[in-house]
Amino acid sequence: MTSKLKEGVMQVVFTLCACVSILAVALICIFLFANGVPTLFKIGPLKFLLGTTWKPGNDIFGILPMILGSIYVTAGAIIVGVPIGVLTAIYMSKFASPRINRIMLPAVQLLAGIPSVVYGFFGMIVLVPAVQAMVRMPFFKDVLGVKSGKGMSLFTAAVLLGIMILPTIITVSKTSLDAVPDSYYEGSLALGATHERSVFFSVLPAAKSGVMSAVVLGIGRAIGETMAVVMVAGNQTWMPKGLFQGLRTMTSNIVIEMGYAADLHREALIATGVVLFVFILLINLCFSLVKGGSDHA
Amino acid sequence: MPEIAATKDTASMTQAAPHAIMPHGGQNRRAARMQAAALRWLVRLAALLTAAVLVFLIGYILVMGIPNLKPELFAWEYNSDNVSLTPALINTVLMTGFALLIATPLGIFAAIWLVEYAHRGSKLVKVVRVTTETLQGIPSIVYGLFGMLFFVQQLHWGYSLIAGAFTLAIMVLPVIMRTTEEALIAVPDSYREGSFGLGAGKLRTVFTIVLPSAMPGILSGVILATGRIVGETAALIYTASSVPKIAGSVFSSARTLAVHMYLLSNEGLYIGQTYGTAVVLLVLVLAINALSGLVAKKLTKK
Repeated sequence: MTSKLKEGVMQVVFTLCACVSILAVALICIFLFANGVPTLFKIGPLKFLLGTTWKPGNDIFGILPMILGSIYVTAGAIIVGVPIGVLTAIYMSKFASPRINRIMLPAVQLLAGIPSVVYGFFGMIVLVPAVQAMVRMPFFKDVLGVKSGKGMSLFTAAVLLGIMILPTIITVSKTSLDAVPDSYYEGSLALGATHERSVFFSVLPAAKSGVMSAVVLGIGRAIGETMAVVMVAGNQTWMPKGLFQGLRTMTSNIVIEMGYAADLHREALIATGVVLFVFILLINLCFSLVKGGSDHA
Repeated sequence: MPEIAATKDTASMTQAAPHAIMPHGGQNRRAARMQAAALRWLVRLAALLTAAVLVFLIGYILVMGIPNLKPELFAWEYNSDNVSLTPALINTVLMTGFALLIATPLGIFAAIWLVEYAHRGSKLVKVVRVTTETLQGIPSIVYGLFGMLFFVQQLHWGYSLIAGAFTLAIMVLPVIMRTTEEALIAVPDSYREGSFGLGAGKLRTVFTIVLPSAMPGILSGVILATGRIVGETAALIYTASSVPKIAGSVFSSARTLAVHMYLLSNEGLYIGQTYGTAVVLLVLVLAINALSGLVAKKLTKK
């Protein structure tokens, strides 16, 4: 009798524990939206979302520069990270010998394990001066027409984030490449295609949805990254001016100003967080759509 | 004799020289070979680049940082002369301990429910999965904001070790849940059947048969979560804040190593010490991750 009771009690305990993640998501939504949405209406949704000036001192809160900043930096990270990541995944899945993969696999895991502050510090110490030196080269002025540029810029942040999302892109793409049935590859080979052609034109298209979900995951990581971006992006609140000019993302905005913000300023920062959260939820939705598509196929 | 001519033709076709039949065959083949070589070098280049970035990053931090590992950096008390990392290191250990204390049982129990009790395809399972995936995608700064609004303000815990630990616990919960779930699924059903056959109840089977055999997988997940906690910054700045002293109680503010590292590099006054701190943080996190990998490997070997 007591053991039956114990079984019942423990089953309830297990169920409750499983519901903790539901509770957590609910609490996060409730607290963010309850704190952020009223502010949004106090400032005016259009003024807040489409305002191009952020001057907390004058009670002007427009976060369009930060929204664009986040989008630009993320797009840059994808442009840098996805080609390298997918090609590396192809190499590891279809080209590398087991011996090389014994080095490459832990290497990718190492890359994933490095804390974002360390990435940020590396970017600050190595990438920022390098980009600064690069922009000053005559080639940039004469050929590309870049008149002035900074080391702390959109470009630097995009490169650093591109590196940071590499492990995500590589792991997810590699998993989906590995999952493509060998018959695709063999069929292509039997039709006279080379190994390379078979991999690129028969296996890779078959793994398309996996690669797409890798990209979506990468977008999610890049847009939510905070510490590394703060340390290399320059953080000016103006509208993004160019590839080699500083900008500020939504995440940096929160981390930089929350420490000393009060009243409406503070609420505006929380509302910035809400906008970021909505972006993330949309990206998650995209991810499950992409993944759901691959499950059905 | 047309017949013989025909055989001769087929013979020459099978023997070789496709360009004799297809006028552009040779060029096509050369083009194909060049394309193959180009693609081959492309993927090699990409892989090389990935590896080079890793080696350069870790190498650079180690080379610049190790000469800066001076005894003052490890002094017991922090002050603005030595910017010692010891209090932050101890706080990191405390923070990790508390966060795992909260997240590990929750994560393991939730995974047990998902694998051993829940009916596949039930509504609740679906909701749990969707929310867990959502949690996994939330950026750490949003966790930080939530922690500040809920634990620090709503529950009046203030900037404290415990507020940080709870925030981090929610953050790593999906990691522990997922790895435990995978480990439980990997336990063969015959183990469970054997246990049931001997008359053990469900609970007994789970705790004495299934969990022990899934232990390496669970452990590797917990270690992975440890790595994330140790490296976390954004979720802690506005929950545990940044007092550089060993936390006196769970309600006192505690600066962890990653936060310490961020503040140092932000101040920009102690470049040498920042390098040293970066080395300690990097080595610590990488060692934790390597340990997780080793434990997981032990599982697959069995």
